[in-house]
Amino acid sequence: MTPSTELWINLSALAALAGVMAYALLGGADFGGGVWDLLAAGDRKREQRLAIQRAMGPVWEANHVWLIFVVVVLFTCFPKGYSALSVALFLPFHAALIGVMLRGASFVFRSYQSRQESAAAESSAWGIVFGVASIITPILMGAAFGVVTEGGIRVADDGVVTLVRPAPWLSPYCVANGLLALSTCAYLAAVYLTNETHGALREDFRLRAIGAGTSTALLAGLVAFFAWQEANWFFERLLTPRTLPVVFAGLACFAGSAWSVFTHRYWLSRFFAAGEILLVLLGWALAQHPFLVYPDITFAEAAGPSETLRFVILSLPIGAALLLPSLWLLFSVFKADALEIEHAAD
Amino acid sequence: MDALIAARLQMTVSLAFHMVYAAIGIGLPLLMVIVEGLYLRTGRTHYKSLAKTWSKTTGLLFAVGAVSGTALSLELGLLWPKYMELLGAVVGHIFGLEGYAFFLEAIFLGLYLYGWEKLSPRAHWLCGVVIAITGMASGVLVLGVNAWMQQPVGFEMTGSQVGVTDPIAIFRQPLWFYMAWHSTLACYMAVSFAVAGWYAFRALRGQRDASVRAGVVVAMIVGGASALLQPISGDLLAKYVFKTQPVKFAAMEGQFQTETHAPLRIGGWPDVETETTRYAIEIPGGLSYLATRDPSAEVAGLDRVRREDWPNVEITHLAFQMMVAVGMVLVAITIWFWVAYWLLRDSVLERRGLMRAVAFTMPLGFIGLEAGWFVTEVGRQPWIIQGVMRTSDAITPAQGVPAMFAIFTLLYIVLGVTVVVLLRRLAVSKP
Repeated sequence: MTPSTELWINLSALAALAGVMAYALLGGADFGGGVWDLLAAGDRKREQRLAIQRAMGPVWEANHVWLIFVVVVLFTCFPKGYSALSVALFLPFHAALIGVMLRGASFVFRSYQSRQESAAAESSAWGIVFGVASIITPILMGAAFGVVTEGGIRVADDGVVTLVRPAPWLSPYCVANGLLALSTCAYLAAVYLTNETHGALREDFRLRAIGAGTSTALLAGLVAFFAWQEANWFFERLLTPRTLPVVFAGLACFAGSAWSVFTHRYWLSRFFAAGEILLVLLGWALAQHPFLVYPDITFAEAAGPSETLRFVILSLPIGAALLLPSLWLLFSVFKADALEIEHAAD
Repeated sequence: MDALIAARLQMTVSLAFHMVYAAIGIGLPLLMVIVEGLYLRTGRTHYKSLAKTWSKTTGLLFAVGAVSGTALSLELGLLWPKYMELLGAVVGHIFGLEGYAFFLEAIFLGLYLYGWEKLSPRAHWLCGVVIAITGMASGVLVLGVNAWMQQPVGFEMTGSQVGVTDPIAIFRQPLWFYMAWHSTLACYMAVSFAVAGWYAFRALRGQRDASVRAGVVVAMIVGGASALLQPISGDLLAKYVFKTQPVKFAAMEGQFQTETHAPLRIGGWPDVETETTRYAIEIPGGLSYLATRDPSAEVAGLDRVRREDWPNVEITHLAFQMMVAVGMVLVAITIWFWVAYWLLRDSVLERRGLMRAVAFTMPLGFIGLEAGWFVTEVGRQPWIIQGVMRTSDAITPAQGVPAMFAIFTLLYIVLGVTVVVLLRRLAVSKP
């Protein structure tokens, strides 16, 4: 492998990681929105749902495209790894796909059910589908991550893919991973929503952020414990000098975000929560590198022809030059004045 | 059920479903931008109310298209991992380019749908223009991938190792251009005639206000222009298929035996057992002429290849005949409409015969679009990548394919029925 090939491979892996990060920060929060929609309760049940509807409406489709971005980078730059994952995770990926489809479709269906936009806040069959799909999908995705880091997929030299045991995604480690993903999405959404609401409604989401933050902390501990038990190689790599500082920085961010939630520093809590997600994912990536599918496929082994990788990497700045200003426009139009609307509505 | 059949049926259902919404994501924004532009120019509010109605419709249908498109991007790999492995390595980045276009479309759709009050009228209209352009571009780019499946170029295999020689080789092939042109027009036709048909239907029920009139006229401009251009693109594409995919061409035309002075068969049923196409109206030398501009030229028949290399001839021929018939009917109704409009102007909406004909076109463009897709995809079989990989070699070894097919079919039925119910509700609620 020439140094330039290695560079293209690492840059491609970085592009995939950046996509995963963006999807977690943006798409993840939308799943969390679905969770809080289903769990809406109390005097302001209706207002909670409306706030979620308003926060997600203009942006969820753009947020969702990050998933497609990750999938495309994976099958283009790492086709052998992608095909192994597709065979091994046939069931959980299909199930997650059903969740993704139902989540998106039901979100739109319920707001088209009635003439008034606000009818989305009423309980309805599609509203329930929206909430349930938003819960199941991150669990499945988290569990699939678990299978990969655990080494549950084996790929023989001739490319034959096998699972180390039937349904490895049901192991305690994988299920804990799934629940952690769900809890993190819920935490992120609650923190974001405190930034887009105020008054009693904001307090509702603050309490939800505290609840979800607590469960996220507990589940993270659980995942670490099961990793030590079931995915020892991964656990040990988390403790190597290259990964450990990132993990600690992630934990510090999490603590910072929890402290900001407690002390009503909403903007800061959003900043720290996002930082926590980015650092945790970076730590995961550093621990897993150079393996795409542990222990049989490295990024280098999975990589496609370097002409293809080069094309993807060189087209990224052009894509970014088109996408980033557009995304900035989208978020500045709909997010900058979220609070003003909230005030005006009072 | 056999995994291969189940997987092929799942792809058929998923693609047939997605194609409707993809076409709407390409065609409806164009109509929307035209009427909103007319509103900005003339200030007449019925244009704005049309744009708002179509924007609501787009909001619903684009979301369903986005999720069904996501399904496809994953299903391709889940059901056909070996195919995705090769395709990803050689032209995956073309999916990436399509991804950028689709991403932009999703961003500007958010701005457009929710930005009526927040953006200046001109900025709002420009968002619509971006949607129309990026929607079209994403269709054109994804056809680069499909064209590559028909004509795999730009790579070489050494053992199982793939080497890419030219990452944009497919864009240098005329096939991509012909397919992109043909399919973009097909999307504009499908959406425009559906819209024209809907407003003609309302005209028949006595609603002949300004917005109904504008709906019919704008849709008939876009749909009519596309319908008139479509035969040219179809002719170019068919000639190219004749040269590069002779087996598909033979199946399309029901041409079993290689012969000179091959007749053009209109209709008919290909009998695979006896290797004859029965009951067709035959125009002597017609096919040779269409394929080469020489009525005595030789046209290769299915007999040139072994039977295991044949596609399903019945489906390919029938779908092709249906597509051409739909195209012809739409050309005829377009001419009828515009001659009548030239003579009668706005009272054209009172001509019941004509309005019935236009209303009749409501599903036709979509039928033509789906039929054309069947021709491309069924006609390429038994290859998933022409001449390189057989569909049967690409199927996943994973268990549970038939169950997934059953679940996904059910899911698509639920989504489809809900969309119809919601569209009806949207149609009866006056803005």
